[in-house]
Amino acid sequence: MQNIMSLKRFCFLFIFVTAFAHANEETKPEAGDLKTEIKEYISHHLLDTHDFGLYSYVNDAGEHIHIGFPLPVILWDNGLQVFSSSKLNHGESVAEVNGNYYKLYHGKIYKTNAEGEIRYDEHHHAANYKPLDFSITKNVLVIFLVGLLIFFMFGRMAKSYKNDALPKGMGRLLEPIVLYIRDDIAIPNIGKKHYKRYMSFLLTVFFFIWIINLLGLTPLGVNVTNNIAVTFALALLTYLITTFTANKNYWGHIFWMPGVPWPMKIILAPIELLGTFIKPFSLLIRLYANITAGHIVLMSIIGLMFIFKNWLGSSLSFGLAFVLALLELLVAALQAYIFTMLSALYFGSAVEEHHHDSH
Amino acid sequence: MEKLIEQFSLGLFFWQLVLFVVLVLLLKKFAWKPILDAVEKREEGIKGALESAEKAKLDMQNLQADNQKLLKEARAEREEMLKEARDIKNKMIEDAKGEAQAQANKMIAQAQSAIESEKKAAIAELKTQVANLSIDIAEKVIREELSNKDKQEKLVASMLGEAKLN
Repeated sequence: MQNIMSLKRFCFLFIFVTAFAHANEETKPEAGDLKTEIKEYISHHLLDTHDFGLYSYVNDAGEHIHIGFPLPVILWDNGLQVFSSSKLNHGESVAEVNGNYYKLYHGKIYKTNAEGEIRYDEHHHAANYKPLDFSITKNVLVIFLVGLLIFFMFGRMAKSYKNDALPKGMGRLLEPIVLYIRDDIAIPNIGKKHYKRYMSFLLTVFFFIWIINLLGLTPLGVNVTNNIAVTFALALLTYLITTFTANKNYWGHIFWMPGVPWPMKIILAPIELLGTFIKPFSLLIRLYANITAGHIVLMSIIGLMFIFKNWLGSSLSFGLAFVLALLELLVAALQAYIFTMLSALYFGSAVEEHHHDSH
Repeated sequence: MEKLIEQFSLGLFFWQLVLFVVLVLLLKKFAWKPILDAVEKREEGIKGALESAEKAKLDMQNLQADNQKLLKEARAEREEMLKEARDIKNKMIEDAKGEAQAQANKMIAQAQSAIESEKKAAIAELKTQVANLSIDIAEKVIREELSNKDKQEKLVASMLGEAKLN
C-alpha cells in the first residue's frame, strides 16, 4: 500500500482504503502493519506527485487501482522530453521516451536502463542520473488553477467597479479584506508614501497563500504550501523586492550602522547582512513548517481512528480531528496574514526614510 | 535538513516562481490597480461629499444667522413704526380733545353771554312791563283815589326805586 494517493480527511474513503488494506494483509502478510501503513500514507500525502490521484486501492487480484488522471511530464535530458505521467504508472513500470528510460522512484524521476534498475550509493540513496524535472505535477496544476481562480475572482471584482463605486457580489466579500491589507498591513508598515508600489505583491501573496491553504483542507489531497520549493519561491520574491527597492538609508544601516563606534560598525555589518537573508528565510520555514505540521498532526489523528478500532477511541479521535480541522482553517488564514505582514514589514524597512534618532 | 534539500523540487520551484510572478503582473493590471483606484476614488468622493456637506451646514448656519438678524431688525422697525403710530394717534386724540374743549368752551361762553343778555333784556322788559303795569294799576287805583296824577307818579317812582327787583 505504498502509493496510496487518496482523499484526505475524508473518512468514508479512508475506511474504503483500510478495508482493502485489510483484505490485502490476508493475502500478503509482508505488507506491514497498520501503523507503518498510516505513516507511509502520511509521508506520501505530503509529497508532490506526477499524476492527479484522488484515491487508490488494491483490488481482489492484488493490483493497485488508481483513481485520478495523469499529468504531463516535462524533462530536460539532452533536449526536452514530454510525455504523459501514465507511462510512469506510479513507479510500477519503466517509461520509454525517445530511446530513454525513466522510472519514478520515491516521487522523483530517474533515468534508468531498459529494465528500470535503480542503483544505490552507500547511504542507500538512488544514484541514477536525475534529469531536470519541469513536469506539470499535481502541485503545479493546483498553483495554476488557484492563479486562474484568483484572477477570475478579482477580475470580476475590478469590473464591477466600472459601473458603480460600490462593490457587488464577490467584491462585497473581498473588498473588506483588500482594504484590511491596505489599511492595516501595508500602510502602517510601509508608510503612506511608498505602500502603493508593494500592494500588488502583498495582495496577491495573501490571497494566494490563503486560498491554497484552504484548498489543502479540502479532501482533494492538494498540499502546496507544505512544499519547501513553493514557500522558497515566495520568500525569494520577498527578498528580491526588498533588496531591489531598498533605499540608501537601508543599506547604510546594514553596512555602516549609524550611531555606533566604528569597530562595532565592522562587526555589525556581516551580522546585518546575514539578517537580510535570515528574515525571508524565516518566512519560508514558518509557512512550510506550520502547514506541514498541521497536515501531519491532523492525518495522524485521523489515522488513530483506525488504530483504536473501538467505539470510544475512534469517536474521540474523530472529535479531536474535527476540532483540529477547525484550527487548521484559522491557521490557513493566519499563515497568509503573517507572511503578508512580515513581507510588508521588510518592505517597510527597505524604504524607511532617514531619521537621526534611530538606533 | 538533508531530507528537505533532497526533497526540494526544482521544477515546482520554477513553476511556482513563474506562475506567481505572472499572476502578480496580471492581477496588477487587471485587478489590483482598478480595484484600488476605484476604492480610492470612492473614498475621496466620500471625503469630498462630507466636506461639502460640512460647508453647506456652515453656510446654512450663516444664512440662518443672517435671517435671524434680518428678522430682529424687521421686528425692531415694526416696533418703531407701531410706537410712532401710537404717538401720532395719541397726539391726534389730544389735539382733537383740546380743540373740542375749546370749541365747547367757546360755545358755552357764547351761550352764557346770550343767556345773560337775554336775561338782561328780559329783566329790562319785565321792569318796563312791571312799571307800565304798575303804572296802569296805580293809575287806575290812584285815578280812583287821586286826582293829581303827577304827585302820585312821584310817589310810585320813589317806591319802586326803594323796592329794586332782584
